[in-house]
Amino acid sequence: MTAYAAAWRRMFRSQPGDGVPVGVFLAILAIMVIVAIFAPLIAPYDPNTQNLLGRLKPPGTEARGVYYLLGSDELGRDLLSRVIHGARVSLAVAFLSVILSGCVGITLGMLAGYRGGWVEIVVMRLVDIFLSIPAILLAIIMVVVLGPGFLNVVLVLALTRWPRYARIAYGQTLAVSSQPYVRLARAMGAGPIRVLFLHILPNIIAPLAVVATLEFGLMVLFEAGLSFLGLGVQPPMASWGAMLSVGRNYVSSAWWIATFPGLCLFLLVLSVNLIGDRLSAYLNPKSR
Amino acid sequence: MAEPQTLEIRDLSIGVGAHSVVDGVDFSIGRGEIVALVGESGSGKSLTALAIMGLLSGSVHQTGGTATFEGKALNLGDEAAMQKLRGTSLSMIFQEPVASLNPLLSVGAQVAESLVVHGRASATDAWDRAVETLRDVGIPAPEQRARQLPSSLSGGMCQRVMIASALIAAPRLLIADEPTTALDVTIQAQILHLMRRLRDETDTSVLIITHDMGVVASVADRVCVMYGGRIVEQAEVHALFAAPRHPYTKLLLSTIPRMDGPRKTELFSISGVVPDVSAWPEGCRFRTRCPLASNICATRPPLIPVSDAARDHVAACWHSDQVEGLA
Ligand SMILES: Nc1ncnc2c1ncn2[C@@H]1O[C@H](COP(=O)(O)OP(=O)(O)OP(=O)(O)O)[C@@H](O)[C@H]1O
Ligand code: SF4
Ligand SMILES: [Mg+2]
Repeated sequence: MTAYAAAWRRMFRSQPGDGVPVGVFLAILAIMVIVAIFAPLIAPYDPNTQNLLGRLKPPGTEARGVYYLLGSDELGRDLLSRVIHGARVSLAVAFLSVILSGCVGITLGMLAGYRGGWVEIVVMRLVDIFLSIPAILLAIIMVVVLGPGFLNVVLVLALTRWPRYARIAYGQTLAVSSQPYVRLARAMGAGPIRVLFLHILPNIIAPLAVVATLEFGLMVLFEAGLSFLGLGVQPPMASWGAMLSVGRNYVSSAWWIATFPGLCLFLLVLSVNLIGDRLSAYLNPKSR
Repeated sequence: MAEPQTLEIRDLSIGVGAHSVVDGVDFSIGRGEIVALVGESGSGKSLTALAIMGLLSGSVHQTGGTATFEGKALNLGDEAAMQKLRGTSLSMIFQEPVASLNPLLSVGAQVAESLVVHGRASATDAWDRAVETLRDVGIPAPEQRARQLPSSLSGGMCQRVMIASALIAAPRLLIADEPTTALDVTIQAQILHLMRRLRDETDTSVLIITHDMGVVASVADRVCVMYGGRIVEQAEVHALFAAPRHPYTKLLLSTIPRMDGPRKTELFSISGVVPDVSAWPEGCRFRTRCPLASNICATRPPLIPVSDAARDHVAACWHSDQVEGLA
């Protein structure tokens, strides 16, 4: 779709005076994504193989033929391998929940803005209700009801976060649908679906992309938070949040267990947020 | 029996919120006929056109009236039915050429839109025809231009792109709202020629909205003059230019610079402005500015034939017989 390509180009055109190029953060994110995708090829060991004689080894030690570059955890599993596989879970949960909540939220928001009437009333009331409850509380309650696990966490995060997208898509659609080019498209016989997804969506995708980026960072944290509380992915599956949760018990004796996944989380969320900020600064030049 | 008119509008009324902005408009457009709708800014021309396309939106809504299209009753509020007609039987050129083009879609795709939407041509066919139509409206190097975004085109070119997008549909009725305002004289003549050719070759009917009496004189067969949301005079173009029977028309015509007559340094313009919709007077809406206004004008004048001899020349004025004497 040329319209989407054009929207994308407009968004990433670099600006003089941007400071640290956004490319640095994009590179960090890209490395993490690549590591996550190819985790089994990159990780030196199986992340779940226990080694009871190699428990809580500090970084750079060896035990029974296993070299622990980042140390080992309380069951003698290689921390590096677990961090690499943990990238997979953390990124996958965030990615899937952003996609799911984005699709649902954007579709509902655009429909509410374009159709008006009862659709608008129902959708926007729901949005108000959802947004009035603290999101993490809502997520915790829903996970408790649905039960923990990878898919449930994705589902719950999507269910909690769609109103963010819906509210923005709604406002933007309201503004754009009175544009003369939407009227021209309709005058050519374009139906509502074509108008919404070909003529309106590309023109409102930029602010939505900013939200999605910031939401991505937030979803990484939400997943970590849920896993930290034991409500996220279940052992032995590794996620950075779950590793933090375990590592917390050993901070004084084995600092590395919590530190490395924590550092990864920090870097990921920082990069994603800076990308989002840069994006929104570019889109609203006045706010800089 | 005569063949049905392409479009017949009866008693069309449009409201914005609680105000009535178009009030009981009647007119028809015959097959292959070019009808001009003229009047000052704010007289309701664009809203009338939008209503015919079924494109009124927001706080603007149709409050009354019926329409017939090629002999069949047409419910202008029936979105599904209107959507089938738009881009096939009906197409429209809008007033704001630059804002009317999607900033993120290539010009060619936008010209091809109606063919693609209605599945009337394959994607490559539609593209080829879009390029051809761009050539027809005088866009140089149409193959290259078709691939560009509207932002790399001038205002005049955007206008021609929009004209192309309306023409490609080969509609039965083309509505053109100020189609030539942003164009220079040569291009303007070319576009008007294109419309005449469309009519001559395919019997397409055209409703052209304009301020420019020169444009009216050069293309229209018949003219409807609107003031304050009502049609105040309607006649065949020569009859209207030769003997206008509504003071507003008379004044409007005297705003055209004449090449043959004595040159005035300043164009005549009608004194006063169109009152706001909320301040339209009772009776004849022109009476706040009319040089012939009298007491009877507080009663609404009917739109009636000006004489028994000329049944299709109608005017809504109590003193239409005195209009000739106006300076
Ligand atoms: N979307 C709208 N919301 C509110 N009022 C409107 C809207 N569109 C038009 N109007 C009002 O309706 C009246 C008629 O407008 P319309 O656009 O039909 O005039 P017009 O004859 O086309 O004028 P112009 O020559 O300037 O295009 C005007 O008084 C205008 O202010
Ligand atoms: S009816 Fe009266 S006010 Fe209206 S145009 Fe005729 S003379 Fe003027
Ligand atoms: Mg107008």
